Amino acid sequence: MSETTAIVTRDAPRRRAKRSSRHVSPLLYLFPIPALVLYTVFFVIPTLQTFQYSVTNWDGYSPEFDYVGIDNFVRAIAGDALFTNALGNNMRFMVVVVIGQTAVALIMAILLVKNTKTTIFLRALYFFPTILSSVSVGFIWKFVYDPNFGVINSSLDALGMPGLKSSFLGDPAQAIYWLAVTQIWFHAGMMIVIFVAGLQAIPAEFYEAAEVDGAGPWRRFTSITWPLIAPAMSIVVAYTTIQSFKAFDVVLSISGNPPSASLDILSTRIYSTFANSQFGYAATQSVLFIIFILVITFVIRRFLRLVQRGE
Amino acid sequence: MAGRLSRGVVLAIYAAIIAIPLFVVFFGSFKTTAEIFENSFAPPTSLNLSNYSEVLTGGNLGVAFLNSAIITVSSVTITLFIGSLAAYGVSRIPGWKGWLIFGFIVLGMSVPAQANMIPQFVQFNQLGLLNSQLGLILINIVVTLPVSVFIMGGFMRTLPHELYEAADIDGSGPWRTYWSIAMPLSAPSIAATATFLFVMHWNELLYPLLFISTEDKLTLPLALLRFQGEYLTNYPLLFAGVVLSSIPIVIAYVFLQRYFVAGMTSGAVKG
Repeated sequence: MSETTAIVTRDAPRRRAKRSSRHVSPLLYLFPIPALVLYTVFFVIPTLQTFQYSVTNWDGYSPEFDYVGIDNFVRAIAGDALFTNALGNNMRFMVVVVIGQTAVALIMAILLVKNTKTTIFLRALYFFPTILSSVSVGFIWKFVYDPNFGVINSSLDALGMPGLKSSFLGDPAQAIYWLAVTQIWFHAGMMIVIFVAGLQAIPAEFYEAAEVDGAGPWRRFTSITWPLIAPAMSIVVAYTTIQSFKAFDVVLSISGNPPSASLDILSTRIYSTFANSQFGYAATQSVLFIIFILVITFVIRRFLRLVQRGE
Repeated sequence: MAGRLSRGVVLAIYAAIIAIPLFVVFFGSFKTTAEIFENSFAPPTSLNLSNYSEVLTGGNLGVAFLNSAIITVSSVTITLFIGSLAAYGVSRIPGWKGWLIFGFIVLGMSVPAQANMIPQFVQFNQLGLLNSQLGLILINIVVTLPVSVFIMGGFMRTLPHELYEAADIDGSGPWRTYWSIAMPLSAPSIAATATFLFVMHWNELLYPLLFISTEDKLTLPLALLRFQGEYLTNYPLLFAGVVLSSIPIVIAYVFLQRYFVAGMTSGAVKG
């Protein structure tokens, strides 16, 4: 506001120009109204109500319920093995997906950075799984992992390596990591596209100059590609982290409803608690879920800033 | 030379990892269970469509297909309309007010579904909108408005304001300017948003799971999920269901690939 005042007092003709461009029909304020009304009533208010429900013991149907303060929060963190199990699975899943997906996407993007017929085709192929429904992806991978007839185990048999066979999702110690593999298959294509865009923004002269100076491929990667890919890296890491932390559909479709304990993550746990008519307690878990996301986002932002500054 | 070879090998391996599961499922949808278990990689020996006819008649998939089509088309159309109105408004409202409205709506992108689904369920229950297509259309619109306004509004902000001013001078009202100038010029962002919304709504699972309990109102992903419970290891039927439910989106992808990638990635890249 004060800036605008400074400009207008300094420059009278400009003031008139500014005002004419700023004078718009008041009718314009009508345009966002349908969106604002729907969004406020069915999105913003419910979000706020979640906080209200989180301190109650409401079952979702009966007209009466009590405010129980922080009891639900204490219960989730200190006395609910199902919740802490889901949190642990969620963290393992997230770490593997973030590292695996970022690495796979970066390697593939580097190999596909030039625009040729082949690379354009391969980028389209790699992107393809992203458009499938999570239920379809769940079924496809259920069969890939099928211990008796599935794609992996029967390939291992055919290759004469039956010793490497696994029960995959059936083994509680491994299940969450195989789920992570599915998630990477599902979504890496999108990250490849983002990395390719980031890589293509690096001027080719940088590489030519480095080559003239005698830098090998590794040196060119560490001195040019890595520092200049930082913006794309931030987007990919931040997005993958949140996306994998929020995963829901793919778990439910590959594991069934409700999922087994070894595949239960926070979103499916909240859904199960809700489906059990514990609306208040499910809301508490939702609030904790939001807090975890905020903390993770904050940590990731900090980490990425440190990495970028370290270059 | 060695570098080129190893590059080709890596790309081929990843292509195989992406493509093999898809081929196995596509082939499997024409086979019998015995044939799949014998060799899941082999192409089908005949074009046997009995799996398809069985899922269409036996598993509610036909009804679900129609429900999903109605819900998806309605949700996408209405979201594009309401969203583009808002995007146009906020891109023309000057100064902090435009930004405030834009920011308020776009903030919704960072709110996970788990943060409001329970009160939404209660709300829709009170309004009698559970088990109805209207309820699913409404929730689809609400949930994807933030990202739609983000994509289309972000684009409309880059349009030169002189165009609007020229239209004003020529006596065009805001509505006329929206319809004849802002909308046609924003076509790329609208196409990208449309494909993004199409994928989202066609594949949506959470809200149908929360809101729908009767068989005649199932959507495709929900019907498929139910299906899995009924035919636990009947892979040929599951595969036919997967192929059938993917047909519209695969056809659209083949023709509109560029917009799919643009829409999905601009939807992905958010604050």
